[in-house]
Amino acid sequence: MQKFTEISGIVAPMDRPNVDTDAIIPKQYLKSIQRSGFGPTAFDDWRYLEPGEPGMDHSLRKLNPDFILNQAPYNQASILLARENFGCGSSREHAVWALDDFGFRAVIAPSFADIFFNNSFKSGMLPIVLDAAIVDQLFKEVAADTGYQLTINLEAQKITKPSGEVIEFDVDAFRKYCLLNGLDDIGLTLKHADDIRAYEKTRKQQAPWLF
Amino acid sequence: MAARTLYDKLWDAHVVRTEDDGTALIYIDRHLIHEVTSPQAFEGLRMANRSPWRADSLLAVPDHNVPTTARAEGITDPVAKLQVQTLEQNCKEFAITEFKMDDIRQGIVHVIGPEQGATLPGMTVVCGDSHTSTHGAFGALAHGIGTSEVEHVMATQCLIQKKMKNMLIAVDGKTPAGVTAKDIVLAIIGKIGTAGGTGYAIEFAGEAIANLSMEGRMTVCNMAIEGGARAGMVAVDQTTIDYVKGRPYAPSGETWHKAEAAWRDLVSDQGAHFDSVVRLDAADIKPQVTWGTSPEMEVAVDANVPNPDTESDEVKANGMRKALAYMGLQAGMPITEIQLDKVFIGSCTNSRIEDMRAAAEVAKGRKVAANIKLAMVVPGSGLVKQQAEAEGLDVIFKAAGFEWREPGCSMCLAMNADRLQAGERCASTSNRNFEGRQGQGGRTHLVSPAMAAAAAIAGHFVDVNEL
Repeated sequence: MQKFTEISGIVAPMDRPNVDTDAIIPKQYLKSIQRSGFGPTAFDDWRYLEPGEPGMDHSLRKLNPDFILNQAPYNQASILLARENFGCGSSREHAVWALDDFGFRAVIAPSFADIFFNNSFKSGMLPIVLDAAIVDQLFKEVAADTGYQLTINLEAQKITKPSGEVIEFDVDAFRKYCLLNGLDDIGLTLKHADDIRAYEKTRKQQAPWLF
Repeated sequence: MAARTLYDKLWDAHVVRTEDDGTALIYIDRHLIHEVTSPQAFEGLRMANRSPWRADSLLAVPDHNVPTTARAEGITDPVAKLQVQTLEQNCKEFAITEFKMDDIRQGIVHVIGPEQGATLPGMTVVCGDSHTSTHGAFGALAHGIGTSEVEHVMATQCLIQKKMKNMLIAVDGKTPAGVTAKDIVLAIIGKIGTAGGTGYAIEFAGEAIANLSMEGRMTVCNMAIEGGARAGMVAVDQTTIDYVKGRPYAPSGETWHKAEAAWRDLVSDQGAHFDSVVRLDAADIKPQVTWGTSPEMEVAVDANVPNPDTESDEVKANGMRKALAYMGLQAGMPITEIQLDKVFIGSCTNSRIEDMRAAAEVAKGRKVAANIKLAMVVPGSGLVKQQAEAEGLDVIFKAAGFEWREPGCSMCLAMNADRLQAGERCASTSNRNFEGRQGQGGRTHLVSPAMAAAAAIAGHFVDVNEL
């Protein structure tokens, strides 16, 4: 997994609540057996004017000029600013892969759907929950300043605005540790293989029908 | 010991170890997989030279991509075909049981698990699919996971998790005629909102829930995720026990008696603490129809499309305006005046035998309206299809003008050929009305199977009681 330490980048505003994972990566692209290559079809229905299918050369498709991520400088953004319940719906981790492949490393929102939030950490993407009022203020500042950038430091758990103002954020200690070090959590869990075997031994006695 | 909720009990029984910050390793009893979210997980296993910790805990089935017509000809879409073949190869390589496309037991992963008894009370059940919450109907802890976690569970039999909070949703009293499990859960989502359950495990309880069949309870738990909760569950009672008994993967003989005794304890203790309690009166629930692009955007069939101008929350009002524009609806118009193009009866929410019966009862002796271009019924599994045909339901549907298809996820998410064209409007028994969910530009209204059948007959929404 890629490490996340500190990033500075352009903030793209996506001003609507309940952005679902079907919108982030439509179903037809889930037929892929790969983990990469989803960037060109991230937000496909909103991003292009004609329907898309797997196998197309997406660089030849007509872009929707009204969609925020098609507009400079947001097409170069690495931080996505969103509203409530971002990433709701399907458990498809392809949504995180698509955002990552597009160039996003962090998403800031007042709330996230649980599964998307969890999936993000597995691909080196940092989802940051901030108070709705702070998110609202960020939307205003982004609207007032084209090319608005933020710096996110995971170690210090701090976001620095262009003005120098600092916003602190919370992150789960274990997830922070894995992100900072780019750790494979399967390897970490397998260090406890003896505990897992001991659990199985006891459980087999209590509930043999589960084995 | 302090009084515990059902979720507390399920959690406690599966903790392998807990770190100081509360992060725990949770043991997984049953891992269901399908073709869409597993290939990258298998690839990860191979790249790290790992193999499944317990191949016997895995059960695989292709469902999302499979065609619902001309099954014998196989899959014509080469991309989809490769994904289904990849599942077959992976299952063969790692000795995992798979119900292939030509197996009578094949079907939607959340239908076949319970049908086979592969989902049992007291289990932890995961699958790379958000509707895994369905299995909570059995007093199990079941939730959807992403592909990285699919790989993690395969490799370690465990998930890294923190305990969720407890929410109780009690639906008191008896439901009126024509009100089904689907209407109950849509009403719940309308009340708590699509993010209302985020961070919680929900226990559904109350007389109206206890009175539901297992099929109905699965419908309710299936949509817990549409209310934001990864896991929904219902306590074990006689209905649960009766459903499980005799299923192929269920215990038998002496082990059955031992299991049954243990399962009887899978209820919340008297006085157990819930972090949040929501109560609904079943008598107030009417047949529901969604009007927007989020499952929380629902109203009773006798209501009108809501007006964003009366919404005080500006972010919410903005979302409503976007939804109305996408859905091509005017605020204030009666729901019963919404004309439809297609009707879909199926999905992991509503494709079990009881759903087939409910739709057939409405369709019997009637005809699909002329303005309906396609009304399709997609049973949830080969066994549901077989049962429905044994009861003559397929004949009723076909006589009324419905198409009777092969089992799979079908037009719930339109990964196969079954989809809406841009602008088409559909009454659907599925779980999501998101933009483009059933095909780019398609407009989805979520309803119960009886309401979907009634809409097919009338050509527009109608209260099933007044058809």
